[in-house]
Amino acid sequence: MLTNRSKVVVNKTLTFSESLYFPAIFRGLMITMSHLFKRKVTVRYPEQTRVFSPVYRGLHVLKRDEKGAERCTACGLCAVACPAEAITMVAAEREPGQEALFREEKYAAQYEINMLRCIFCGLCEEACPKEAIYLTPRLVPSSFKREDFFWKKERLLETVENRVDVSRRLMRPAQKGAA
Amino acid sequence: MKVTIDGIELDVPSGTTILEAARQIDTKSAPPAMCYYSTLKDSGGKCRTCLVKITQSSAQNTRPSMRLVPACRTLVEDGMVVQNNLSEEVLEARKGIVELLLINHPLDCPICDQAGECDLQNLAFEHGASGTDYKEERRRFPVQDIGPDIKLHMNRCILCFRCVYVADQLTPHRCHGVLNRGDASEIGTYIAKAVDSDFSGNMIDVCPVGALTDKTFRFKSRVWFARPMNAHRECTACCGKTVVWLKGDEVLRVTARKDDVGEVKDFICNGCRFQHKKLEDWVIEGPMHVDRHSVISQNHYEQLQGPQDA
Repeated sequence: MLTNRSKVVVNKTLTFSESLYFPAIFRGLMITMSHLFKRKVTVRYPEQTRVFSPVYRGLHVLKRDEKGAERCTACGLCAVACPAEAITMVAAEREPGQEALFREEKYAAQYEINMLRCIFCGLCEEACPKEAIYLTPRLVPSSFKREDFFWKKERLLETVENRVDVSRRLMRPAQKGAA
Repeated sequence: MKVTIDGIELDVPSGTTILEAARQIDTKSAPPAMCYYSTLKDSGGKCRTCLVKITQSSAQNTRPSMRLVPACRTLVEDGMVVQNNLSEEVLEARKGIVELLLINHPLDCPICDQAGECDLQNLAFEHGASGTDYKEERRRFPVQDIGPDIKLHMNRCILCFRCVYVADQLTPHRCHGVLNRGDASEIGTYIAKAVDSDFSGNMIDVCPVGALTDKTFRFKSRVWFARPMNAHRECTACCGKTVVWLKGDEVLRVTARKDDVGEVKDFICNGCRFQHKKLEDWVIEGPMHVDRHSVISQNHYEQLQGPQDA
């Protein structure tokens, strides 16, 4: 015996009140009824939605810098940090005249996250030296097609007009350099 | 000659440097070297990362040396006692040297093709401090094409002179060298002359940083996503023994084989390096051994051997 929690089975005969069963059934019904007056644990989705934790790790976003240039430089650290091997990328060299589009002389021509593989651990965000990828409190939409879960760069990248706020992810104790 | 390095005594022939003696004990704990290259004559003495402390100069002269000495350029003497990793002074000096080497380094590792196999990266990781006191502007140079296959990022250069020795000793006519002096010195080709010798590609392999990189491999892949395989082919110009870096069936790049201290013993020709980018050109021998501490071993490409039946 390892835990002291095992109980010895006793085959004692029921008393008269126990053999009636009705008190036990009534007690069970009372428990059920009492739950009708307690606070409900479910919400009426989709009319109601739950409040996300500020550090919820959901759908990724690829950030742009203040001037609107893509921050990602395809260094591959997110992909090598990824325990699920969900991230793939192809790098390309920035041409003269593309300085407004890409921050560094190398950029991600293709960038893909397989959301079926992703376990939303956030290691990609932690590995990123360019503060380019963040997990956000958004959900990956469901779908019947596998292809819909292979998120390409175009879907991951935020637009200049419609930026994704990641300031709450940054409130964690400063692990990243000030760069 | 008997020499004691970090308390370990060994016998070496006269004319051996302290660095070579330390490497005979253990290549991992030997002093790091950024400029010394055993296969290139006269290299060494420039970067100062291999500084060691001599606590007893020789059997006759038991006094310690006045200052730290570069291990790659100092010959052993009989009865010499050297402190390497055991000396706080040496480790502190090495930390300072890393900071000095990084003064003008752009730290653009996320972009640099050398990241993951970079000597400076490893050195800074193992011996450097995480911060710097340097506030001034770093020197900047435009990226240059030297020759059809080599790209020069002068920003990243630490002026180790290894590539100049390659040009001097492996190619018939040297057409590049170090221009200007002191803080203004840079690697350049005279009158932008192309480096077109048949062995010029070895500069890429000897470069300890990402200053000289392979243009055919430029931004193709991070080194840790490629699978390095030992391979060979019949070559009339060189030994033909190389490492091919594969991604699927595609040959991303070809490099010379490095020994356990990261030095090339048999240099390869540009034909093997740049022209043969098809898998059919090569006879694959098997995966190159990668140290398990290297990020390249992330790839798990080396076949694990299961327990064998007795």
